[in-house]
Amino acid sequence: MADLQTHADEIHEQFSDHLDLTVEEIEERLASLVNEYSVPVDEARRSVVNSYLDEAGLERDELGPGGAEQALVGDIDEDEQWVDLRVKVAQLWDPNHESIAQVGLLGDESGTIKFVSFATSELEELEEGASYALSNVVTDEYQGNYSVKLNRTTTITELDEEIEVGDDSDEVEGALVDIQSGSGLIKRCPEDDCTRVLQNGRCNEHGQVDGEFDLRIKAVLDDGDAVQEVIFNEEATAELTGIGLDEAKQMAQDALDTTVVGEEMADRIVGRYYRVRGPTLGRYVLADEFEELSGTDDTVDAESLLIRARSL
Amino acid sequence: MSQSVPSREVARRVFASEYNDASYTFKESDDERAPLYLLLPTGERANRVFIVGTLTEKEDVGEDSEYWRGRIVDPTGTFFTYAGQYQPEAASALRELEPPAYVAVVGKPRTYETDDGNVNVSVRPESITTVDAATRDRWVAETASRTLDRIEAFDDEGNEYARMARDQYDLPVEEYRDAAVAALQSLDDSDELEGEAPA
Repeated sequence: MADLQTHADEIHEQFSDHLDLTVEEIEERLASLVNEYSVPVDEARRSVVNSYLDEAGLERDELGPGGAEQALVGDIDEDEQWVDLRVKVAQLWDPNHESIAQVGLLGDESGTIKFVSFATSELEELEEGASYALSNVVTDEYQGNYSVKLNRTTTITELDEEIEVGDDSDEVEGALVDIQSGSGLIKRCPEDDCTRVLQNGRCNEHGQVDGEFDLRIKAVLDDGDAVQEVIFNEEATAELTGIGLDEAKQMAQDALDTTVVGEEMADRIVGRYYRVRGPTLGRYVLADEFEELSGTDDTVDAESLLIRARSL
Repeated sequence: MSQSVPSREVARRVFASEYNDASYTFKESDDERAPLYLLLPTGERANRVFIVGTLTEKEDVGEDSEYWRGRIVDPTGTFFTYAGQYQPEAASALRELEPPAYVAVVGKPRTYETDDGNVNVSVRPESITTVDAATRDRWVAETASRTLDRIEAFDDEGNEYARMARDQYDLPVEEYRDAAVAALQSLDDSDELEGEAPA
């Protein structure tokens, strides 16, 4: 019964961290149900797993499927998959809820992914900059973005080697067709770790505050087929528009109005083509690098387009 | 990708000759705020367009208040754009621009029926900005490329907008391929004629 042995192997692996079982005894229990009591294999497996769950005091959803797949964070593209990762803790953030023990970014050669571990899982703490083998983590999806959740069955083994964290930059290009509100010369909340953009001098969290000036552009790139939102920070905005923070403040002072800055910036960049590279954060690509595209190049080459047109 | 966030409408790339042949508009839901689409003869819906061309004329055609009309020329024909008090940025851009000038326009298709029953198509601008000749050349090549994409997909099974175009227009798509070819050829010719409006 090779079939039963495979099932037994998988069950053994699922419980290896929790119960001291042998493959043989599991196979025996399966065989008894299947052969002596004519229970279908799937049902037999279910019943055996349930009894071990009881024995270990676990819930079904705390249990990994046998043999979670070794995965790269950049390949994760499905919800609720059990995976094993070899990663470096690229960043730890402050949890914003007491139910969360740790939250941050894990990285490997393919890029980075957000992770969460919950207080109830009582796991050892990960250290920023350290590398780990994590087995039995679950993938999660929210609005098209993937993360992984550590859980009670996750095993954490610190690695001696250091895992290289790769570049997960995206590259997008298209015509810059719009600049969104909140672009140009803005004010941010000066409270520690806040940095929220003020609306009429008010921070959503801290109320009326004396804001600090910053430059930012939230733009829409459109290639005629899809749109992508892009954020330029102070440095990138100055490079993109040729208007630095000091000049922007001067313009606002002269006009007694900060919106003139965004308008002047829009005049200089809307309607032009850009290629932007940077990490994706939610809906936005953060512009680490960019260049203006003009004339024809490999992407739009008149010669090859002519050949294509004539062959139609 | 998430379906729950209402997504911004893509700005289609279309040459003036094809744009001006379009006349049929439709909505895809009964919602009052549902986007209005112009059906392009090559089989695509357009709620927004991005055009780059030469502003050759502008005129304030308003009676009581400012209402600017601009003619924007590409290698295949002329786009008409109208901006009034409800498009203050675009109206002020048109007021200040001195033709001839290369401009980029992001805008929405608008149709109106003339007294003799023809449907005219114009662009209601969201923005008008000055650009250089190289940006305009890129637009011509890109628009040719997008037009060829649509023509190539025109006979695909399940291309509902192509089917709609056949029902509504019955125009030969080869015409738009020829326009794209002519536009691409004009890029070669105009290399030395920086700033010159295409013939």
